[in-house]
Amino acid sequence: MSEAQAPDTRTPKIRLRGLKKSFNGKPVLDGVDLDVMPGRSMVILGGSGTGKSVTIKCILGLIEPDEGTIEIDGRNVLTMSRRERAAVLDRTGMLFQNGALFDSLPVWENVCFKLLAQGRISREKARQRAVEALVDVGLGMGVGEMDPASLSGGMQKRVALARAIASQPDIIFFDEPTTGLDPIMGAVIDGLIVDCVKRLGATAVTITHDMASARRIGDDAAMLHKGRIVWTGPAAELGHTGNPLVDQFARGEREGPIAMELRR
Amino acid sequence: MGRATAAPTAPREPGRVNSPTPLAFRPLDWVAALGRATIGLCRSTGAVALFALTGLSHLLRPPFHPRLFLRAFLEIAWFSLPVVGLTAVFTGMVLALQSFSGFSRFGAEGAVANVVVLSITRELGPVLAGLMVSGRIGAAFAAEIGTMRVTDQIDALTTLSTDPMKYLVTPRLLAGILAMPLLVLVADILGVMGGYLIGTLKLGFSGPAYLKATLDFLQWMDVVSGLVKAAVFGFVVALLGTWCGYTSRGGAQGVGAATTAAVVSSSILILALDYVLTEAFFAR
Repeated sequence: MSEAQAPDTRTPKIRLRGLKKSFNGKPVLDGVDLDVMPGRSMVILGGSGTGKSVTIKCILGLIEPDEGTIEIDGRNVLTMSRRERAAVLDRTGMLFQNGALFDSLPVWENVCFKLLAQGRISREKARQRAVEALVDVGLGMGVGEMDPASLSGGMQKRVALARAIASQPDIIFFDEPTTGLDPIMGAVIDGLIVDCVKRLGATAVTITHDMASARRIGDDAAMLHKGRIVWTGPAAELGHTGNPLVDQFARGEREGPIAMELRR
Repeated sequence: MGRATAAPTAPREPGRVNSPTPLAFRPLDWVAALGRATIGLCRSTGAVALFALTGLSHLLRPPFHPRLFLRAFLEIAWFSLPVVGLTAVFTGMVLALQSFSGFSRFGAEGAVANVVVLSITRELGPVLAGLMVSGRIGAAFAAEIGTMRVTDQIDALTTLSTDPMKYLVTPRLLAGILAMPLLVLVADILGVMGGYLIGTLKLGFSGPAYLKATLDFLQWMDVVSGLVKAAVFGFVVALLGTWCGYTSRGGAQGVGAATTAAVVSSSILILALDYVLTEAFFAR
């Protein structure tokens, strides 16, 4: 843990305690403890298969954890009624690794899907709102009428970002936002994420392997290793944290405690 | 020296006599396999039943998705019409030819119109339409929803505050129940028309006499039983198509397997339920 920061006494926006999840008897999360403070951008790092995606899927209610608590604004969502939980999740947005845009709908309906599905907006207004959201993420007005399948990977990511923020959520999750993009497009997406999160004043949780992206997006960072959080601290410290696991991962070095474990 | 290269022997399993062939008859293994299969079948049946109940329960709870219902309805009732219509016409034609050929052996050629209308309305209309729709719509439902599953689109629905069951399953189930009877009604008419064409153009029946024999012999129950079967078959096709897609796993191969499973399982269930419904309607 970093000791440079003064302790924040506010109630965390998201608090995970003792989160455990196994698949077919194999533990993936083995007691995850994590606090994400309001308005902060937390980046969760970790190798493939360490449970980063499972962690955010548990928070989003897509996977039920075996043990532990998930608190949002101080309330354990796992003990809430379905209706209460739906209301909490209604304030979240999610950008999936592959975009997960709906093939059967044009781009503008994808962007305003949540608003349309809940009947909060007419189709005409949704179309206008989608165009505004697309312009915000650097896409032209004509993109709204296109099919998602006809867009490039970078454009799909931008549309997915526009969809994630269209309902102005309090908490936004980003799953590998720059995977599969060239470095320049990755930097563009990171910039858009930072701008959108700041504009909304939202709390953000990002999982990534991309260290450049982690430093650009994150205020704070956490390292997930063997199903546990082994380090948390400012994202700016990545690479010189003093924790050999984190430093090796951040520098992408072949030799170190993670590689040693792989060889055993 | 001469016995230096003895092959390593496989460890003997405790309590089991080493058998000379790998396919030795072991009764307890067979019983265990049968038990596992039975438990698996019960588990799958229960899971499908719960899936169906959950899907149907959303019919009573808003929000509703009429656009999705309309899309699925048109897909079944309108876009399946060419293939089902052609099947019905040719089936009616073949039925007329076959029954004429068979009945002529004992001088009952006059019953051709009766046999055609009864076979089409009671059995062949709903069953053949069900099988054709199973291949066309069941496969499409499974492939579409399965692809959504493996590309995280179903998870995306949840994160966008939309219940995937309500959005993907319920409209399709309702469309299956309501569209299939309409489709089968048209198929019945086309099937009888096929028989009429062969009867009048090839077999020498007079048009009015053929139609009179058809209408005089037909009872409401014949048509209604076929339409009830159609509604059940439509439900089965939509249910198994959505179920197989919704539970698919493992990328493109998983979607392919889900599509195959949807078509095979719904086809078998259609044939089995056809017997059950026929027994319920007509057994004395």
